[in-house]
Amino acid sequence: MREFLRQILTSKWSKVAIFLLALLPLAYLASRAYHGQLTANPVEFVQHFTGDWTLRFLLITLSITPLRKLLNLPDLIRFRRMLGLFAFLYVCLHFLTYIGPDQAFSLSGMWKDVAKRRYVTVGFTGFVLLIPLALTSTKAWIRRLGGKRWQALHRLIYVTALCGVIHYYWLVKSDHRIPLLYGAILAVLLLYRLAASLWKPRSAVGVAPPLKPSATS
Amino acid sequence: MRNFGDLTEADITPKSVYLNRRQILRAMGIAGAAVVGGKVLSNLVFPPATVNAGTKLNVALKSPFSTSEKMNTFDDVTHYNNFYEFGTDKGEPSRNAGKFRTSPWTVSVEGEVKKPAKCSMDDILKLAPLEERIYRHRCVEGWSIVVPWIGYSLNTILKLAEPTEKAKYVAFQSYYDRGQMPWGDHSGIDLPYVEGLRLDEAMNPLTLLCVGMYGESLPNQDGAPVRLVIPWKYGFKSIKSIVKIRLEKDQPATTWNIYAPREYGFYSNVNPNVDHPRWSQATERRLGELLRRKTLMFNGYADQVASLYNGMDLKKYY
Repeated sequence: MREFLRQILTSKWSKVAIFLLALLPLAYLASRAYHGQLTANPVEFVQHFTGDWTLRFLLITLSITPLRKLLNLPDLIRFRRMLGLFAFLYVCLHFLTYIGPDQAFSLSGMWKDVAKRRYVTVGFTGFVLLIPLALTSTKAWIRRLGGKRWQALHRLIYVTALCGVIHYYWLVKSDHRIPLLYGAILAVLLLYRLAASLWKPRSAVGVAPPLKPSATS
Repeated sequence: MRNFGDLTEADITPKSVYLNRRQILRAMGIAGAAVVGGKVLSNLVFPPATVNAGTKLNVALKSPFSTSEKMNTFDDVTHYNNFYEFGTDKGEPSRNAGKFRTSPWTVSVEGEVKKPAKCSMDDILKLAPLEERIYRHRCVEGWSIVVPWIGYSLNTILKLAEPTEKAKYVAFQSYYDRGQMPWGDHSGIDLPYVEGLRLDEAMNPLTLLCVGMYGESLPNQDGAPVRLVIPWKYGFKSIKSIVKIRLEKDQPATTWNIYAPREYGFYSNVNPNVDHPRWSQATERRLGELLRRKTLMFNGYADQVASLYNGMDLKKYY
C-alpha cells in the first residue's frame, strides 16, 4: 500500500494532477463569471473568493511538512513549492481586485489606505512578504542560497499566513467563525513545528527540499 | 382610529397561543417529535404566510422624494442582504428566510404615547395611502443600492399614537424567534435586533414605514412584513421585521452600538468625512458598477435633514 502510494507520489503525472487540481478554484470562478453568477456585488465576490483560496493554499502548503512526517510520506515535498506558488497566484488576483476596482489603480490612494487601515496594512504586509518567496522558488535559487539560508528565508510564509488570518479577522463585522477556524488550523500547523523542534532539537525538522534530480524537472 | 386605543390584547393572541403550545410540547420532553409535530400543527392552524410574500400592493402616490437614478434590479435587492437572523453571508437570507412566518403579525406602538395600540398588518396597510419612494440606500460596509420602496412616512403612525410631552426618542425592535432563526446564534450580535431614532428624526417625512418594494409586499429577506427605511443613515438603522415601536424619554440602546460602540454610533448618518475606524466612508460601490463612487453627505438628503443636526459635532455624534 505504502509502496503504491509512493509510486503515485513520485510519478511525473502526480505533479500535473496537483497542478490541475489547484487550478480548479480558478476554473470554478471563471465558469461562475461566464454564467453571470458572481452575485450582486461581483467585485466583492471575487475579492473574497481569491482571498479565501490564498489562505487555503497557504495552509495546505504549511501542512506538507507535518503530513510528510506523520504519514511517513517524504515524497509529498515534491508539491510544496508548487502549492506555495498557487497561494501566490491567488493573492496576486486578490491584490488585483483591490488595486483595480477598489483603488482605481491609484498608487497614492493605495498607499494612503495601506498606511491608515490596519486590516489593509496587515494584508498588504503578508502579500509583500510572499514576493521574495515566489521569486526564489526555483531550484537555481535554492542552490544559490544554499538549503539552510533558503529555508530560513522561506519561513517568512509563517508570517504571511499569520497576516492573512489577522487580515480576515479584522475585516469581519461580527461573525468570526471562519477566520477563527483558519486561525485554529494555522495554530496547529505552527505549534506542530514548535513541538517538533523542541522534541528533537538536533534532527532536521522540515529540511529544505531535496535537490536530487527528479523525472519531472 | 379604531386601532388606536380600543384594540384589546385578545385581538392579537394567536401568536402567543401558538408560541405557548409549542413551549408546552417542548416541555413534555419529546422535543424532536414535538418540533416536527408542532410545525405540522401550526401549518394546519395557520397556513404558511402567503399574504406577505409577493402580494401586489396598490400604490396610490409617487413621491417627490424619489431619485431619478437607475434602480437596482429586484434580483440584486433580494439576493444581497444583511439580515443576521437568517445568516451573516449576504446570500444566506434569500436561502434561509423562505419559511419565515410573517402572518399573523402585530406591531405594538407603546411607551410614552397617549394612545398605545397593537396594529395588525391589515391595520398598517390601511392607515394611509401607500407611496412609492425611490431612495438611495447606503450600507455602512461601503456599498449602495437604489430601491423603489413602498410605504408611508413613519410620522403617520406616530401622530396617531400621540406621543406625550416626555417622548424624546423612538425605540424599535425586530421579531426574533430562535426556532425560526437558528442562524442568529452565530451572528455575533445580541438579538432581538433593536434600533432607535431621536423623535424629530422619526417624525421627518423622509423616514419611511415600509411595507413593500418593486410594487409588491416585502420579500422575507428584505424585512417582511414591515420595516423602516431611513435613507440618510447607514442601512443597519433601517430595522427589519418590526414588532415594537416604543416612545421613550431616554436614548434607547441600539444593536450595533452595543456590539461595537466605537464603530457604530447611535446616529450613524451617512457621512463621507467620518470614517469607520476600520475602513473609509468616503466612497461606496453602487451595486452594478465596477469603480467606487463618492459618498454624499447624508447620502444626498442634506436638504431635507441637515437642519436636524445644526450645531452638532458630527465627528463626536457619529
